[in-house]
Amino acid sequence: MSTHVLSLLVEDKPGLLTRVAGLFARRGFNIESLAVGHSEIAGLSRITILVDVEDAPLEQVTKQLNKLINVIKIVELDPAQSVQREHLLVKVRADNSTRSQVLEAVTLFRARVVDVATDAVVIEVTGDSGKVQAFLRVLEPYGIKEIAQSGLLAIGRGSKSITERVFKN
Amino acid sequence: MTTEPYPVPSPSVSAPSAEPSAPPKVLTGSGAILETLKLLGVTDVFGLPGGAVIPLYDEIMSQDDIRHILVRHEQGAGHAAEGYASSSNRVGVAIATSGPGATNLVTAIADAYMDSVPLLAITGQVFSTLMGTDAFQEADIVGITMPITKHSFLVKRPEDIPAALASAFLICNTGRPGPVLVDITKDAQQLSAPFIWPPKLDLPGYRPITKAHGKQVQAAAALLAGASKPVLYVGGGVIRAKASEELLEFAELSKTPVVTTLMARGAFPDSHEQHLGMPGMHGTVSAVLALQESDLIIALGARFDDRVTGKASEFAPNATIVHVDVDPAEIGKIRAADVPIVGDAKDVIADLTVAYRDAIATTTPDIHEWWTYLNGLREKFPLGYSEPADGLLAPQYVIKRIGELTGPEGVYAAGVGQHQMWAAQFIKYERPNSWLNSGGAGTMGYSVPAAMGAKVAQPDRTVWAIDGDGCFQMTNQELATCTINNIPIKVAIINNSSLGMVRQWQSLFYDGRHSFTDLNTGHGTAMVPDFVKMADAYGALGIRVTSADQVDDAIKLALATNDRPVVIDFIVSRDAMVWPMVPQGVSNSFVQYAKDHAPTWEEE
Repeated sequence: MSTHVLSLLVEDKPGLLTRVAGLFARRGFNIESLAVGHSEIAGLSRITILVDVEDAPLEQVTKQLNKLINVIKIVELDPAQSVQREHLLVKVRADNSTRSQVLEAVTLFRARVVDVATDAVVIEVTGDSGKVQAFLRVLEPYGIKEIAQSGLLAIGRGSKSITERVFKN
Repeated sequence: MTTEPYPVPSPSVSAPSAEPSAPPKVLTGSGAILETLKLLGVTDVFGLPGGAVIPLYDEIMSQDDIRHILVRHEQGAGHAAEGYASSSNRVGVAIATSGPGATNLVTAIADAYMDSVPLLAITGQVFSTLMGTDAFQEADIVGITMPITKHSFLVKRPEDIPAALASAFLICNTGRPGPVLVDITKDAQQLSAPFIWPPKLDLPGYRPITKAHGKQVQAAAALLAGASKPVLYVGGGVIRAKASEELLEFAELSKTPVVTTLMARGAFPDSHEQHLGMPGMHGTVSAVLALQESDLIIALGARFDDRVTGKASEFAPNATIVHVDVDPAEIGKIRAADVPIVGDAKDVIADLTVAYRDAIATTTPDIHEWWTYLNGLREKFPLGYSEPADGLLAPQYVIKRIGELTGPEGVYAAGVGQHQMWAAQFIKYERPNSWLNSGGAGTMGYSVPAAMGAKVAQPDRTVWAIDGDGCFQMTNQELATCTINNIPIKVAIINNSSLGMVRQWQSLFYDGRHSFTDLNTGHGTAMVPDFVKMADAYGALGIRVTSADQVDDAIKLALATNDRPVVIDFIVSRDAMVWPMVPQGVSNSFVQYAKDHAPTWEEE
């Protein structure tokens, strides 16, 4: 198995996410992460899917996704040719005795504290999967109370955009 | 490959004749449904009313442009619309109410999805204000049918109706055809809105590819010119693409052997000398081995179904594959294609003919030896059957005579099982759209309503439902629809008193343990129900046939009776089996001509 990042440009229509997710479920593929949001064009959304699958079934699932009427464009984003980021909010135990060490880790990882309580802090961090995982490992000993993580976001490097490729005419 | 913008509704569909400056007329949602269907060219619909479509039915009653046929079960409406579409290449329309009415359509929708039938399903939905509250007769039919429709729409406002229906019509009938569902809430049917035609269709993600890549076509033609064992593997896509004429020209020019799958029977004339018959689990030995031993397969609108390939990893091991299909997802799905061609079969085959003419200017094809071998197989292993040992009627004989006495202008709709295979084998098809069946889904009960739909689409043709005693009991209520609406179909029940195909597998692979396949409808049983009495009760002509000497007279009487439906109960031997057969899960090389009788073939 190998992981692939698919970026979909889709119409923002009710049921769209069910159609997309259903295709993966029906063919037995597990979606590792999913991120959905608006695109730069009104009425169109952008879905980023991280999926762990062999090449041949990936091709089949991509072709099937392409057949969905509300799917406008699919590209697979090569890690070398794209920027890929995860966003994480994490609540860590931090009292007077540990807070300075936690804050040191925050500085090292270029993360940010976004909420402080007497015995905990909420930290946000953005980065590729490796950085986020490494950060969590460093925080682990202090006591992670809660995690909220976004799906992977990805965008191609360079000046071209996914919508340009669709609407160039 | 070139990507063309999606086609807009044909300009021949005229807009209402209002002046541009005049305000558009205001219609209720229900009125808009009828007006839109009319403008899309729909003339017949099959349906059954219920609470959530009463407003629509009120409008249906007050117009004459569209004939509505009241079915007795929504599944019947679905299959009738399929038969209508498959026999005429027009879109078939089925209407049902919300909840159970809609779920009763599900089998027919799944069937249409598997066999790429342009089916438009219109369902009523509860009031938009009640949706999601488990209201009476509420079902999320859009959600339920998502995996078995090409697309679906939920409409909650009357002003959205024309665009939704026009889009649905376009989607189900272009590219690879398939079922589209439009679910319309009751309030959208009741409220009014200005009716604007033509509506603006907003389908930026729908771009079916029709014109193929020229280089790929040339590569395919060059391969064919150089091949020594080529075969044209013709699938149902050729029928959906109306490409039979192009296929005939291409095949005759190249002298390539042709096989037609279960879905493609009639795409190429059975009487043609280049036609080897049907391949697959119950195909002719020559068709099965032509594919298996070929060095070049040109697949035209076919999808390498497991019933054709047998064990896919051992299918046609020496063949180069040219795969032509309008659906890119079919290419490479089962078997990797050496030359993939995405395009409409009609255009691609025409292009192949041109390219082949160029190719043979430089290469001289030589397939003489191949033909000698295939002709030898054809002679040695013709389609045939032996008389049953119990002395009862041979089902194959009955079906053969129906075909011979009716002729190629008839339409034949089969159920699913042994009788379906025999009808595919022993009736000679000479034209596309004359053979209708449930190929992919294998839906028992398809036959009677599909025949009904075909007869509505093609009233001047003789339409047979070739059915089994098991299948017939699933949808025979539509005989009432046929009688009341003067749709005189002819039903031939091949009554072997059992779920015959399952029984055959039990006989061959489960030590003859016939677990729950006995239906007690035939010879030496209680005969429940009595199909002749049943026909009588439905106002149809019922005939019982028990011996070979009665067969022709009964068929002739059926052919001469056109004032009501006819049901012939052919009491046949239950021991007859479908041969040849490739057992499931093995290579096609193990095709058996008859029980324990495998042909020898060329060893390589």
